[in-house]
Amino acid sequence: MKWIAAVALAALLLLLPFFAGDYYVNLASQILIAAIFALSLNLLVGFGGMTSLGHASYLGVAAYLSALLTSRYGFGHGPAAIVSIAGTTAMAAFFGVIALRATGLGFLMITLALSQVLWGLAYRMSGVTNGDNGIAGLTRPMPFGISLDSAASFYWFALIVTSFAFLMMAIFVSSSFGSSLRGVRDQPRRMAALGFNPWMIRWITFIYAGFWGGISGLLYVYYNKYIHPTSLSITSSAEALLGVIAGGSGTLAGPAVGAALVLLLKNYASAYIERWNMLLGLVFLFIVLVMPTGIVPGLGKLMRRRSR
Amino acid sequence: MTQLASDHALEVINLKKAFGGLVVTQDVSLAIRPGERRLIIGPNGAGKTTLFNQISGDMRPNSGQIKLFGSDITQLAPYKRAHCGLSRTYQIITLFTDDTLEHNVTLGLLGLRPSRWQMWRPLSHYSDLATEARRTLDAVGLLHLAGHSVSDIAYGEKRRVELAMALAQKPRVLLLDEPLAGLSNTERSQVKALIALIPRQTTVIMIEHDMDTALDLAETVTLLNYGRVIVDGDRDTVIADERTREVYLGT
Amino acid sequence: MQFWIIQGLNSLSLGGLLFLLSSGFSLIFGLMRLANLTHGAFFMLGTYFGATALRAFDGLNIWVTALGAGIAVAAIGGLFERLVLTRLKTNTLGQVLVTLGMSFIISDACLLLWGGDSIPVPTPQNLQSPTRVLGFVFPTYRLVLVGCAIGAAIMLYFLLERTRLGAMIRAGVDDRQMARAIGIPVSNLFTIVFCLGAGIAGAGGVLGGPILSAYPGLDADMLPLALIVVILGGIGSLLGAFIGSFIIGFIYTFGTALFPELAYIILFLPMIFVIAFRPQGLFGRVGA
Repeated sequence: MKWIAAVALAALLLLLPFFAGDYYVNLASQILIAAIFALSLNLLVGFGGMTSLGHASYLGVAAYLSALLTSRYGFGHGPAAIVSIAGTTAMAAFFGVIALRATGLGFLMITLALSQVLWGLAYRMSGVTNGDNGIAGLTRPMPFGISLDSAASFYWFALIVTSFAFLMMAIFVSSSFGSSLRGVRDQPRRMAALGFNPWMIRWITFIYAGFWGGISGLLYVYYNKYIHPTSLSITSSAEALLGVIAGGSGTLAGPAVGAALVLLLKNYASAYIERWNMLLGLVFLFIVLVMPTGIVPGLGKLMRRRSR
Repeated sequence: MTQLASDHALEVINLKKAFGGLVVTQDVSLAIRPGERRLIIGPNGAGKTTLFNQISGDMRPNSGQIKLFGSDITQLAPYKRAHCGLSRTYQIITLFTDDTLEHNVTLGLLGLRPSRWQMWRPLSHYSDLATEARRTLDAVGLLHLAGHSVSDIAYGEKRRVELAMALAQKPRVLLLDEPLAGLSNTERSQVKALIALIPRQTTVIMIEHDMDTALDLAETVTLLNYGRVIVDGDRDTVIADERTREVYLGT
Repeated sequence: MQFWIIQGLNSLSLGGLLFLLSSGFSLIFGLMRLANLTHGAFFMLGTYFGATALRAFDGLNIWVTALGAGIAVAAIGGLFERLVLTRLKTNTLGQVLVTLGMSFIISDACLLLWGGDSIPVPTPQNLQSPTRVLGFVFPTYRLVLVGCAIGAAIMLYFLLERTRLGAMIRAGVDDRQMARAIGIPVSNLFTIVFCLGAGIAGAGGVLGGPILSAYPGLDADMLPLALIVVILGGIGSLLGAFIGSFIIGFIYTFGTALFPELAYIILFLPMIFVIAFRPQGLFGRVGA
């Protein structure tokens, strides 16, 4: 039964551009990008037990680096991507050392403060980042000479990257390292007594999560062909966190579903309501108060209660 | 007794620990020989668990030294002490409640192996780990519950899992923090039987605050009170000692 | 010379404002172990209330306005605490998320009610004329702000150290379980402290109006400053919040004046130092 569903889903995803118009294909691309971003955050939140409110840092920095290198310093997309990801990953390593001096709320506050500093820099250093105007007129890469300018071609590109990301993360969480990460999440003292190095395990995970956050940032800047400081904002981090929690941080795929829901909500709500942030805030309150384990498990519970 | 210092499995030298004005460990010194079965007793608040915490590295002493087979481990992080052959159980059950018994023991086995850093192979592919885990569970009589979640099993069984995890690493020194606490009579004799079977290569140091329960497992006894060592020596001598009765009966 | 003196005074007044902002945050975090991400929004609400009131009623006393706004914001905070936060007792992640959500709601509500333009707040008439000290001319209002912060610090000090309520709060900060065990009504205490923190932030917002103006995004500008002050000064420490506020006030003011593009990095550096070498902050307690 599960196999049929999986194959059907794969077929749906692959063949989407053949039966849906450009608007929906573009929406799907955005969902894929948000999914990688949320999945990378969930490595920290769900599997590592480290709640970060600064994950947009990695998306934003990778995006800005790529934008600057290609538009201002004449880099080709390939080298720009490598340098951007390397830079983002190095930054994650550095931020991780700082943030992991604390756990729990202290960790959260430090990630938030660091990300806000980056956001402030993006606005202030207008000589470099163009400040509030953002950097426009960017191009998409042409892997193997194939243009990604059409909605469909970009979508397939994003689908390949997302599938690869998902696969890599699945391997990561089921590996022995992944098990030790979950162990450290659940009983850090016990794990230390057993010989595991909790700090190192957390730090490596933090870097890996930053790496994939950077990948989502590259896709983001390729898709939009534009980058603006709001990508580094706390709203951006909060949307990803909402996706993780809405979809359920306990599973691998949950955050992807959650991210899709948040994006769809944002898309459709902004047609009717001007104040997206307020709606986002209310949704936060709703989810936390009514369905803390996530929409999917929460709905399941509601339906079971109804059927009594 | 003429014994070289490096002959000791565990040495604690003039250990001191204070929280602000409250001194919880006062000049404690212990010398435990390899293979020994030492029981540390004392009333509540005597500082027994604090002492264990300093030996395992969960707390740093203010001054003093801790030596494991002659090497100074005082400044080592807890996880490094595990690699030196130190293992411990906790007063409060700290198992992975949402996981199966087999997974719990597997994690225990993984802690000292380089493969714990592997990010590619699924854990389930390590068949040798699985076999070893099942063997360990069998040794404590819990193989039939291997696939059960820890949250489903009885308290006494959880204690046995803890013991299994600690023993799975074949430690040189094992610290047991109140291993018999909260157990029914049957459960207690089961766990005591397991402790009695621990091979001589493992030095066992136990804390119990109820004197009678663990006495027959002990060869030597240390009595702590108010963070100080009051009496220290082989079991019968310590039992007979006046000061022991004073501490427990307050005469 | 003039430059240094003016920037010095600006630093002091910013530090004073930061104290009004972060003292509440530090108290809430210390007692309730809650990182109240709504705090910037509470401050901003106060600024908007103040802006509206002071522009509508010429000659309205700013102190009265600050008190009024403080009470209003405290009430909003209290409702939020009772209706939402109390339901999430041990769910620390949930608490953080709802305070974040609430901050979004408040900031968007402000945008809805007051629009997207920045609203300048008039300096109170009787404090408009500059003060002459030792041949230098100082904007009086900024001097007054510093006085406010000192006054607030003294009042908070008395509250915490000399009253029964304060003793209960301090007991709760030190050891929540123990405080409950000896009969301190911890849950009511939480509401009181949350209201107090929110109220001080709201009042501070009014007082900050003439200097900062009311604008959308003020909350996002202030919150990280409060975070950095508390990381620097230590959680739950009033003295830490006081000293931290002025240190950050100086660093931010001089940083922005001398290296405008890098002001945020300059803020960043002391925070990193503190986290690297003294993670509990300058005055916080280890294992708080």
